[in-house]
Amino acid sequence: MSERKTPLYGEHVGADARMAPFAGWAMPLHYGSQIAEHHAVRGAAGMFDVSHMTVIDVAGADALRLLRLTMANDPAKAVPGKAVYGVLLNADGGIIDDLIVYGRDAGYRAVVNASTRDKVLNWLRGRANAMDVEMRERTDIAMVAVQGPQARARFAAATGIDTDDLDSFSFLERDAWMVARTGYTGEDGVEVLLPAAEAVALWRRLKAAGVTPAGLAARDTLRLEAGLNLYGQDMGEHVTPLESNLAWTVAWAPEDRDFIGRATLARQRAEKPARVLRGVVLSAKGVMRHGYEVATNAGDGVVTSGVFSPTLGYSIALARLPRGAAGDCTVKIRAASVPARIVRPPFVRDGKRAFQ
Amino acid sequence: MSETPAELRYAATHEWAQLRDGVVTVGISDFAQDALGDVVYVELPELDQEVAAGAEIAVVESVKAASDIYAPVSGTVVAINDGLEDAPERVNQDPYGDGWFFKLEPLDSGELDNLMAADAYQDHCETGEARES
Repeated sequence: MSERKTPLYGEHVGADARMAPFAGWAMPLHYGSQIAEHHAVRGAAGMFDVSHMTVIDVAGADALRLLRLTMANDPAKAVPGKAVYGVLLNADGGIIDDLIVYGRDAGYRAVVNASTRDKVLNWLRGRANAMDVEMRERTDIAMVAVQGPQARARFAAATGIDTDDLDSFSFLERDAWMVARTGYTGEDGVEVLLPAAEAVALWRRLKAAGVTPAGLAARDTLRLEAGLNLYGQDMGEHVTPLESNLAWTVAWAPEDRDFIGRATLARQRAEKPARVLRGVVLSAKGVMRHGYEVATNAGDGVVTSGVFSPTLGYSIALARLPRGAAGDCTVKIRAASVPARIVRPPFVRDGKRAFQ
Repeated sequence: MSETPAELRYAATHEWAQLRDGVVTVGISDFAQDALGDVVYVELPELDQEVAAGAEIAVVESVKAASDIYAPVSGTVVAINDGLEDAPERVNQDPYGDGWFFKLEPLDSGELDNLMAADAYQDHCETGEARES
């Protein structure tokens, strides 16, 4: 029953965070008010301990070959200093996990979900059979996401590391630190991978520079407003990227790259998927939650993630709906059918409503 | 640690009740609001609605979860806290004051004796029988 603790555990407990188990880790849910933390990220800058995520270094002569076999996006785009977001698929096109791959001189660094650690490591090892690949899990690395319109300025003030010239999905390396312009909130910002022993000092310096600690609860409302999927909730092995609003992460070119799941995906692309992932906004009071039924013009669907949006002031959700579903719909909340509307995510961009 | 005023009575489902001048005011405990996190909506009962002790009578929605509120005693709803409509955060900020939910005219004020006193309720919370994890 003992949960793993990140190097920042003491900081969370010291700040009176409400801790909760998450994928085998003791993680901060919030430090008092998840809504206040959400607004801090949208309005200025917040930071998240994401050290529970699994960091895997992939090296060896066949490192790229393994990743090009297993990723639906093309990791060849991850030239040194660049990062690529993508999914790993099984032969049926089902999503094994989503991940970010960072290209480095010495190979690749993959960051995958905490909840899928064992599965992904086993999958990659199984596929790497007979390849010259060395995979090393980096449990010695901590990860801190600094997010918000003021994130990079305050990060620079705290660390002296200037990221002005860093493009989105690019990163720089400074000693043993990796600073990437990526994130999971829809805001500008960086994600920092650094030696576990240096995490507390960074956390304290960021806090002194005016960055608000934020927990997993705010992370969830922020990512959902940004229209970003959560693995295990909005996507899983039972659905393909085409059914998960992730068609943009599938690299069809070059045509001779035969990644796992490609054949099934190509068939589904030609036939058009029966189900798609869309946004739903509630027009009345209430909060949509995972599993709630949605009735649409094209048939019934289901909410995969639903929250109250602190930025918009009403409930938003991702829902898996029949293809062609559009316009008005209703969501079953307890006994009532509550009016709602189908939209294209994201819900929020740059702190404002982003959908039509 | 959460507050548990001694002058109130508590239900196992974390509502508090206070009898004053023949009317029972009902809300949720400090422990419950803390477990729920930020409250975003409260669905209140209708005025004049009659309820039996233990019946679902209201719903509180936090960002995290929806939770039913049960009538701690049988009676008729004689007042609801309209202020929660625009300011549901009062449930978090002042659970025993401005964050009250509704008032009941009890059928039998003796039913209050079925509820817990503050110290018993505190034990109840500490033994981990929380409505929310």
